[in-house]
Amino acid sequence: MRIYKARCRITLRFSFIFCLIIFIFTSTLSTSCTRSSASVIIAGSTSVQPFAEVLAEEYMILHPGITIDVQGGGSAAGIMATQSGTTNIGMSSRVLAGNETTLWSVEIARDGLAIVINPDNPVNNLTLQQVRDIYSGKVTNWSGLGGNKAQIHVFTREDGSGTRSSFESLVMGKTEIMARAMVQDSNGAVRQLVGDDPYAIGFISLGLVDKTVKAVELDGVIPSREHVIDGSYNLSRPFLFLSLKEPTGLSKDFIDFTLSEKGKQILNDQGLITVGFNQ
Amino acid sequence: MRKFGERIPQSLFFIMALSALSALALITIFIFVEGVPLIAKVGFFNFIFGMKWAPTLGQYGIFPMIVGTVLVTLGAIILGVPVALCCSIFLAEFAPRKLSNLVRPAIQLLAGIPSVVFGFWGLIFIVPAIRNYLGGPGLSILAGSIILAIMILPTIISISEVSLLSLPPLLKEGAFALGATHWQTIRSVLVPAAKSGILASIILGIGRAVGETMAVIMVLGNAVALPSSILDPARTLTTNIGIEMGYASGDHQKALFATGIVLLVIIMILNSMAQYAIRRK
Repeated sequence: MRIYKARCRITLRFSFIFCLIIFIFTSTLSTSCTRSSASVIIAGSTSVQPFAEVLAEEYMILHPGITIDVQGGGSAAGIMATQSGTTNIGMSSRVLAGNETTLWSVEIARDGLAIVINPDNPVNNLTLQQVRDIYSGKVTNWSGLGGNKAQIHVFTREDGSGTRSSFESLVMGKTEIMARAMVQDSNGAVRQLVGDDPYAIGFISLGLVDKTVKAVELDGVIPSREHVIDGSYNLSRPFLFLSLKEPTGLSKDFIDFTLSEKGKQILNDQGLITVGFNQ
Repeated sequence: MRKFGERIPQSLFFIMALSALSALALITIFIFVEGVPLIAKVGFFNFIFGMKWAPTLGQYGIFPMIVGTVLVTLGAIILGVPVALCCSIFLAEFAPRKLSNLVRPAIQLLAGIPSVVFGFWGLIFIVPAIRNYLGGPGLSILAGSIILAIMILPTIISISEVSLLSLPPLLKEGAFALGATHWQTIRSVLVPAAKSGILASIILGIGRAVGETMAVIMVLGNAVALPSSILDPARTLTTNIGIEMGYASGDHQKALFATGIVLLVIIMILNSMAQYAIRRK
């Protein structure tokens, strides 16, 4: 019995050491593996991220052995990472400003910003001024806008989000979004809540509008791909790829792929608007 | 050889214990190093009592979030503690063995449900219910309180049950011998005797409620404004970090760490209160 126990202890000890060795071995192996292959790091806007991921997948199928690593972080982080050189390609979902304009950038697609309300809401059309008044807290009831007599439930995105900063610059201008606006941290969450709440209003990417929500006409213009392309619907923002200098090598090859007909096709299929692409 | 065999596990366990401690120390130091400069820059009073949170404009006031945290937690305590206490007394005193063997694992299971599941459930069931029957946007302090009340049940139930069960049987026997009924015994002997453990369980429950993030993000609405009713949305300290960390950089990120400092201090105070309550026995 005692021998059995001792043996047990020894096996236990050995298995522990064995596990440790395996752990160390695999972790060194995995780090050395990722270093050895050719790779491009793309980081930035979480609005662009899902599209970049699809592009990267397609690219990696066409070019086996090359790793494209797509990371989020937000437009601001993407721009900073590009400036500091920690990423090969940066992603931004807003226009560059100030000293950021020294970066090399290319617009891979445009994305419309849709003001969405619940499908049951009788309101169909809002003016830009009305949207601004709703978000600044000047207008708090749907009755003045042609809807039912009910409080407006205002949804916005969190501070730092590219979608929010686009909304701020395109709609709000100098006015601030009121503090009482409810904050959600993704397009999907805003869409879900607006689809549930008959008195809600929110803003999401035009490509993500589906049957659960209604995109309102803005100053009488229906938000659609055509109207974004011809410029009559002016709530749109560019999706940019950034680079510290004129890209070369793998980065250039990936950006060329993105701008090719095949790349545009992919972005279009995913709901984005690419200029010069005929469906 | 034998001595050697004794010493290895001893030192191994010591190193493991140290690593847990040093993780705590590392995290604490990191949070303070990142957060304190921002509090110093903004000013302690402006940070704690500031009403406006707009990091992109350089405004860092977390008072509405402190109020939000307190209100949501208070709501959870009001809704959850009576239920939890009744449940623990039932389990310790009234429940037949078979039933308590069924209820106890069920409560343990409740503790094991991931918070994101609670949040999702709240978003799909509780939020629309509040919107339809009570008005407002549904995303509200009330919704957060209901979710948190359910989430703190297992903590409070299991600790108070243990403290009731660990009372010396003498107490109960003595009370019975004096002719007290079962309910009288519970009310005036057992519960007062287990008071410190019950208090500790409630404080730990509060700590859990204050620290919960994911479930609350989904049902609270996250607006940074002082709420005027329990049907208004609010933001807590934890959700402030959770919702904004994705894009935060520079001072904004430091402000989130500073929020973490405030949270850490609150949790530290609550935990030492719980320790004190337990030791006062």
